[in-house]
Amino acid sequence: MTAPALIRRVTGTLVEAAPLPGVGLYELAAVGSGGLLGEVIRLAGDRATLQVYEETNGLEVGEPVSPSGRALEIELGPGLLGSVLDGLGRPLAALAAHSGDFLTAGANVPTLDPARWWTFGPALAAGATVAPGDVLGTVEERPGFAHRILVPPGVRGTLAHITGGRYTVHETIAELADGTRFTLAQRWPVRRPRPVAARLPDDRPFLTGQRILDFLFPVAEGGTVAVPGGFGTGKTVIEQSLAKWADADLIVYIGCGERGNEMAEVLSEFPELTDPRTGRSLMDRTIMVVNTSNMPVAAREASVYLGVTLAEYYRDQGYRVALMADSLSRWAEALREISARLSDMPGEEGYPTYLASRLGSFYERAGRVQCAGTPERTGALTLITAISPPGGDFSEPVTQACLRVAGAVWALDPALAHQRQFPAVDWEVSYSEYLQGTLPWFEQEAGTGWTDARRRLLELLQRGRELKEIAALIGPDALQDEDRLVLEVARLIRELVLGQSAYSATDASSPAGKTLALARLVLALHDAARAAIAAGKALERLDLAHQRRHIAAVRDAGPEAWPQAAETAHAELARLGKEAV
Amino acid sequence: MTLTLPRSYQGANGAAGPLLFLEGADRVALGEWVTVRIPGTTDRRGQVIDAGDKVTVVQVLDEPMGLAPGRAEVTLTGEVARAVVGKELIGRALSGVGLPLDGLPPPVGEALRPVNGAPMNPSRRVRPSEFIETGVSAIDGLNTLVRGQKLPVFSGPGLPALELAASIVEQARAPRGEPFAVVFAGIGITARETRRFLDRFTKAGALERSVLYLNQASDPTIERLLCPRMALTAAEYLAFECGLHVLVVMADLTHYCEALREIATARQEIPGRRGYPGYMYTDLATIFERAGILRGRPGSVTQLPILTMPDDDITHPIPDLTGYITEGQVVLGRDLHRRGVFPPIDVLPSLSRLMNAGIGKGRTVPEHRQWADQLYALYAQGREARLMAAIVGEAGLGAADRRALQFGEAFEKEFIGQPLGRRTLPETLDAGWRLLEAFPRDDLTRISDAAWAARQAARAAAP
Repeated sequence: MTAPALIRRVTGTLVEAAPLPGVGLYELAAVGSGGLLGEVIRLAGDRATLQVYEETNGLEVGEPVSPSGRALEIELGPGLLGSVLDGLGRPLAALAAHSGDFLTAGANVPTLDPARWWTFGPALAAGATVAPGDVLGTVEERPGFAHRILVPPGVRGTLAHITGGRYTVHETIAELADGTRFTLAQRWPVRRPRPVAARLPDDRPFLTGQRILDFLFPVAEGGTVAVPGGFGTGKTVIEQSLAKWADADLIVYIGCGERGNEMAEVLSEFPELTDPRTGRSLMDRTIMVVNTSNMPVAAREASVYLGVTLAEYYRDQGYRVALMADSLSRWAEALREISARLSDMPGEEGYPTYLASRLGSFYERAGRVQCAGTPERTGALTLITAISPPGGDFSEPVTQACLRVAGAVWALDPALAHQRQFPAVDWEVSYSEYLQGTLPWFEQEAGTGWTDARRRLLELLQRGRELKEIAALIGPDALQDEDRLVLEVARLIRELVLGQSAYSATDASSPAGKTLALARLVLALHDAARAAIAAGKALERLDLAHQRRHIAAVRDAGPEAWPQAAETAHAELARLGKEAV
Repeated sequence: MTLTLPRSYQGANGAAGPLLFLEGADRVALGEWVTVRIPGTTDRRGQVIDAGDKVTVVQVLDEPMGLAPGRAEVTLTGEVARAVVGKELIGRALSGVGLPLDGLPPPVGEALRPVNGAPMNPSRRVRPSEFIETGVSAIDGLNTLVRGQKLPVFSGPGLPALELAASIVEQARAPRGEPFAVVFAGIGITARETRRFLDRFTKAGALERSVLYLNQASDPTIERLLCPRMALTAAEYLAFECGLHVLVVMADLTHYCEALREIATARQEIPGRRGYPGYMYTDLATIFERAGILRGRPGSVTQLPILTMPDDDITHPIPDLTGYITEGQVVLGRDLHRRGVFPPIDVLPSLSRLMNAGIGKGRTVPEHRQWADQLYALYAQGREARLMAAIVGEAGLGAADRRALQFGEAFEKEFIGQPLGRRTLPETLDAGWRLLEAFPRDDLTRISDAAWAARQAARAAAP
């Protein structure tokens, strides 16, 4: 037995300790007499450098450090839905019960409530041969939500016994002939992707309910999106809108280095909102990982891995999971902060040179997959990541590294935000690589003509932008009627099709059919007005405001009312150019 | 954590700017409070920022001139930096490190609290939603401040940010007459600025409800790092232990960030953007995130930090990182100031993220959101038209653009500008409506028929 390891140096979130001859990289240790959680990130001789996940102020040179032999893991099992965890997987409610209104270091609370009872219904019987990912049975985690209990990765054998009934998460529900026991809970190291059987093509859309996203820049289920935008451009509102309305079975929301009050808003709002698809509280399909900007920076670094592991776990059960991370820039900054303290040779703007590769492997954990195990099932993990470029400058390293790996980019523009044009997605900079794969679905499900309407809409926007530049030089009055009509229609597209209020009671989420109907109406308006102008009518004499009101009524109509409103608006179009103005 | 007893060491091993290097110290704790005694000079205080079994780095808070490591007696106190807190502090003026500036004896207070505080558990926070009437139309109407929010003012050199802050302090009324207090942290501001601000304060009778922490431009830079934390520790106690609604005004955060950079450079850290340390975001967050309301506790901490954008550049790291942490920003515009508009708030880049929770039915008026959106949309259009008019002339504009242009001018003069001082919320709303009513109904696309009808009915009913 060697001498006990002691703290030799404390600087910021890093602690150096020695002698620690036997430890491995990424091994966890209890640091100091308070038992703070730390992770070994560098080894030199018998001296280890640990990043500490909790407040290090007050930590003394000479306090003990004891390695745990385990990596940073999360306990997975029933009871995760609806929970709000910190970056290390500790439920915030339990932390409040433990240490009050303010967070203190060294609180040791489990992710899953060890005292809670669950009813387990087995899907297999004794004698069955099981392999990793096989469904042993189910637990009804929330009303109507079956939590599938899976054989953990790497375990196989013959079931000696399996019994239904009421269990806590750590009791044995089944056992293999070799003595391996199964419980409702299993552990997984968060930095390692969970295995899948196969990856599937990106050919179905992830419906966001946001017209500009679904229509112009759709993302596939299992795809990855980067949402870069300066502050105040509405990143958080978009992420929250998606968390509320996107078509997914489950949402994992990571508040990574963001605002405490914003999290309070989500926490007060989500339980009140109903999931339109199930009629139950939105919180029933949500897991939140919250690590606000003033919480320890190393835990912020870990929180994105924790979040993605939770998402993978439900994906493996065969669910379609959406992961929102707000924001990856804060994660990258945590990485930079830690690497600077390690005196790593810095890359661009002080970020470590491994920034891009870490980001790349994080994005790769998304995908639509054939889950491991039987019965056969598919799952998806769609990744939507907000990025906060300093000064709104997209050329900075984090944004650039994300753009290289993300399949779609929804770029937010401060100029649009200043005009209160929301979502402030810049249609000239944004793009999606999932168009090819998803357009056939839209053509089939939302209505034929989707592709064509999309193309025409973009052309009008583009032409509108060009004409606006010309008008700025020569004055709009010098333009032809036909061109001024394009300017007007481009404005209507922005207002009626692309603009959507996250706070509207009826329009916060738009079904694909309504999106197409609105686009078609504006295009039809353009056609009708152009015909009238061609027939000699002056633009001023066309009552576009009347038509606008009818189309706006479609936009503002709820899910039941819009088809009727769209019919009315179409009928009204026939009057364009015939009215007396 | 187990902090040990005081230990004294004769002689340190080196000094660089505000940093003192000490070898062979025993059981040093990160953040430990240090006193440095050099014969013939006043005692200095410091804080351990790097604790090691070989070398310990102490950040010295007071004047570094004459800091002689060889002759220094360094005492590790076994405690972390703490602030005296209590209701008794109200009415006092203290230095950035908590020493009396008002000729009175040092405050005894009710408790000693670590100045760094601890993060609030997000699940214990109450979502801020109580409207604070500041009397400033551009804020009340378009960028509503709510209790528990942190809403900074982004100013530029020579712009009247302190005047705006002073008028908010004067005018901000606590609804229902609840007890409230003001904590002011002057960080590196000049004696002239301090005096001007205090004069306004005194005249408004706000001084007897205030605690002042003044770190003046002539004070050691490094004290700037402690000053806002002292102020916030006092504010948290007043809010969460004494049940007061506390408004914390901090000026100027730019000086704070510069002090941070100075220390980082002295430590030879790897710099981030423009030489500021890579952890500046996290560091600022530990200040700004101390605003909020806690469940089951009556008080609140609302922050109104002021910062100067170097060269009016909003993309500079200081305003940029601040904007990412705070819940919006109030941006002052040089153009408006030049034209004599007060307060010169440029509403287009300004934003209050918590506005939606604080306005609407039961809080302000139901149509608040659409009314504000409409003003925003038309003003944005007006500003665009102004640019266009500069090229093609006003005569070259279309009718709609001409209307927007005129609206923009009137909006700046009559809505943003408040030559007569404070406006109540109904006065603010009315001022906005009167500008909107100059447009044909069809141009007001953001206003619903119901809101329009309600306004017309209210106007008909008014005398």
